[in-house]
Amino acid sequence: MINNVENITVDNLLDKVASKMPLGFRFVTMTCVDCGEHFDILYHFDKNYELSNFRLSLKKGESLPSISGLIFAALVVENEIQDLFGVKVTGLVLDYEGRFLLTETAPERPLCRVPGVMMVEAGKPAEAAEVK
Amino acid sequence: MFNAVSKSPWVVHFNCNSCNGCDIEFLACLTPHYDVERFGILHIGNPKHADVLVVTGSVNNRNARVLQNVYNQIPDPKVVVAMGVCTSSGGVFAGCYNILGNVDLVIPVDVFVPGCPPRPEAMIDGIVKAVGILERKRKGEIFPTAPKPLCKFKPSEEQSAEKTAIKEEKTV
Amino acid sequence: MAKNTIIPFGPQHPVLPEPIQLRLVLDEERVVSAIPVVGYVHRGLEKLAEQKDFLQDTYLIERICGICSFIHSLTYSMGIESMMGLTPPPRAQYLRVIWSELHRMHSHLLATGLLADSFGFENLFMQLWRTREHIMDAMEATTGARVLLGTCCIGGVRKDVSEELLKSVLQTLVTVEKELDEHMPVLLNDYSVKQRLCGVGILDKQVAYERGAVGPTARASGIAMDLRTQGYAAYGELDVEPMVETDGDCYARTKVRVRELYQSLNIIRQAIGKIPSGSINVPFKTKPDGEVISRAEQPRGEVLYYLKGNGTDMLERLRVRTPTFANIPPVLAMLAGCELADVGVIVISIDPCISCTER
Repeated sequence: MINNVENITVDNLLDKVASKMPLGFRFVTMTCVDCGEHFDILYHFDKNYELSNFRLSLKKGESLPSISGLIFAALVVENEIQDLFGVKVTGLVLDYEGRFLLTETAPERPLCRVPGVMMVEAGKPAEAAEVK
Repeated sequence: MFNAVSKSPWVVHFNCNSCNGCDIEFLACLTPHYDVERFGILHIGNPKHADVLVVTGSVNNRNARVLQNVYNQIPDPKVVVAMGVCTSSGGVFAGCYNILGNVDLVIPVDVFVPGCPPRPEAMIDGIVKAVGILERKRKGEIFPTAPKPLCKFKPSEEQSAEKTAIKEEKTV
Repeated sequence: MAKNTIIPFGPQHPVLPEPIQLRLVLDEERVVSAIPVVGYVHRGLEKLAEQKDFLQDTYLIERICGICSFIHSLTYSMGIESMMGLTPPPRAQYLRVIWSELHRMHSHLLATGLLADSFGFENLFMQLWRTREHIMDAMEATTGARVLLGTCCIGGVRKDVSEELLKSVLQTLVTVEKELDEHMPVLLNDYSVKQRLCGVGILDKQVAYERGAVGPTARASGIAMDLRTQGYAAYGELDVEPMVETDGDCYARTKVRVRELYQSLNIIRQAIGKIPSGSINVPFKTKPDGEVISRAEQPRGEVLYYLKGNGTDMLERLRVRTPTFANIPPVLAMLAGCELADVGVIVISIDPCISCTER
């Protein structure tokens, strides 16, 4: 349903991202989705109100090279992904080391669906969504 | 001289974890349409100048310490007004992973104003009630409550039982 | 070489209505760089949204931010609608435009008022907020609530607005316009205001583009970007143009907001003039499935929703990229090299919404 998606890998990520900026694309944001076995990491770029996306499939436990050296604006969102999903982002220009949004007392990797880690006090556990 | 405290209480506002809805309604109270300045209430930025602390939103892991700092910096006698339903229970965010819960886990609260967000009229009523409590605290009719220890992550059942007890006490 | 000092700015600070901390690295009075420390308002709403069903989410999403609440629920509803293949009826689309623009006006007045307060012009702050109350009244008359409207729902809107009420909204706009005509020359032409705003916190066009600035921050730096021109809701049938300034300083950002206030007045008038009659929502039975990206223009800039459904009531993932989140890297660029006394004005000039940013 999302148009303009190009699948990329960890190896050609930096080259692909670097090729976007000279073409006049604006970095919009990144999205991380937990797909069970792997994370889907989407890079959104915008040119003339047209979104163009990269999709990177990252195995759990692998680390993600940072694009913040190329695009400074990616810094905040990469730190956020590192906090919320526990994805290790390497080469960040400013690394908060998992303390960007969360503190020491907060639950770790709250958005990552690993049984046992993702416990929330009230409400239903997220597994309920998959039962149906 | 101390009479001036309840005749013109100064208010410091701290946005704890709110969605902004209560904050902008509280700021609207200060402006000409609702105008709490007619009660002598003045909005101030420095907690050391203030008599009344207005808190909006619930407590999360990072701001609990900040809230307690702000509270401790206010000189006695002081009152705390908690605006919005988030301050009393966590409100719509009660199930979020980063929310510790209500404000009175961290600091003692004198007046709760319900609503999401409360109407400015309700907020003014809350502040005026708080000024009454401030006056009684000044006269020594109510003793200032000691600040509670900062709660650890996940309030235990004991603590939640305690906090409901406090709430009942306050509504009396 | 003087030694650099680091001072914390915030989280509780007189000019900031919301808690954010900036660690300012200073060389004497000059800011060398700034490091943001966020998380004071982080709630974890994205997780909560996965635990509630997609209809409840409409109202949860409004509480991301109380200032642009309607546009949040509008963007979310547009996303779900495109997933389910729904088209809201034209009357609902026009009502959505009217409420969006009322929200934009109240937000811009609020932001401009806070800006005036941040440089100590309390009178102007009070006057602008007085004007804002007319808009709040109009919102309350049409929806029943002042801040969190709760009127946007999937498939349309929940509440119709009668012709008399729409006429009274027009009447309100006349009052608002009259008051704006009185206040805005003060804001834009006053000598002391200009002293505080002109040439302060300059954001170059190239830097704005590289750092992904959005909304009035980008438009004040000469980037003509306004998602309303893409014609979501009923904007396609109305006359919308991005308001662009080129100076990139605090004054330009304020001027963009002032011009957008007048533009919003104009858009609401157009919308009320053209609004068709008919139903206000469409029924649906399907569940959201697939993934979709939905974008809209908030008072602070572009908001992006990534939604992923799996054919059940619960969404698999809901991700929000709010405008202030995108504006943090640009504001760091503005702060580098400014004076310590200007930090407050610069931060407020991007109209930061921390509740949005941290969710």
